[in-house]
Amino acid sequence: MPVKVLIPTPLRQYADRHEAVEVDGHDVGEVLQQLVSAHPQLQGHLYTSEGRLRSFVNIYLNDEDIRYTGLEKTPVRSSDTVSIIPSIAGGSVAAARC
Amino acid sequence: MALQLAAAHLAAIRRHGESDYPHECCGLLLGRFAGERRIVDDVHPMRNANTTSPENRFDFDPKEHLAAQRQARERGLEVVGFYHSHPNHPARPSQYDLEHAAWPGYSYLIVRIQQGRAQEANSYELAEDRSHFIQEPLDAGAAA
Repeated sequence: MPVKVLIPTPLRQYADRHEAVEVDGHDVGEVLQQLVSAHPQLQGHLYTSEGRLRSFVNIYLNDEDIRYTGLEKTPVRSSDTVSIIPSIAGGSVAAARC
Repeated sequence: MALQLAAAHLAAIRRHGESDYPHECCGLLLGRFAGERRIVDDVHPMRNANTTSPENRFDFDPKEHLAAQRQARERGLEVVGFYHSHPNHPARPSQYDLEHAAWPGYSYLIVRIQQGRAQEANSYELAEDRSHFIQEPLDAGAAA
């Protein structure tokens, strides 16, 4: 079933300049895999070399953060919208190192 | 790339930093991409959601960030970057900033607030390999 994925501005250059892409999938993980299959240059910007979502990449299904709804196993419906939102944080002093 | 914003927008960011001092302030830079320039058409202040060390850390609340991104899209504006303040610390990215940066392609504007008064502001972009920040020209001379 087609689901709309909103592409963050800096990543549109890797998705044929599209603001949004429609891809199929039964859950969020399948949707994202279809997305990177269609646009392989997105892979490294969304996933680590171990295949996990990068730590600063937050995925929302409509208004819900998938960390609280089943992560990438969260089921999707055809009217859903997936948003890729970067986690934004910082600070003036270097982090303490363990 | 270069970051272009109106003097009034930079003034608003400086005021935000001063009002939130001694905590860090943060927000979104909204506008458009035009060739080699990121042009700011509006600034969107965000709440610093860091409750453990807001004097030298900031976090966007994820839900508020999602809502702000949605509002920007509805207004036809792009997120071209982010800003935050460094209270009593130079306006240059820290190692912590680097470790928590998002993708290359955004501007990262930092303003130093020294003893409650805004000082220099500098803008940076993240290198493609994420290894360091690169200072970019900041054109803040235009009228709003």
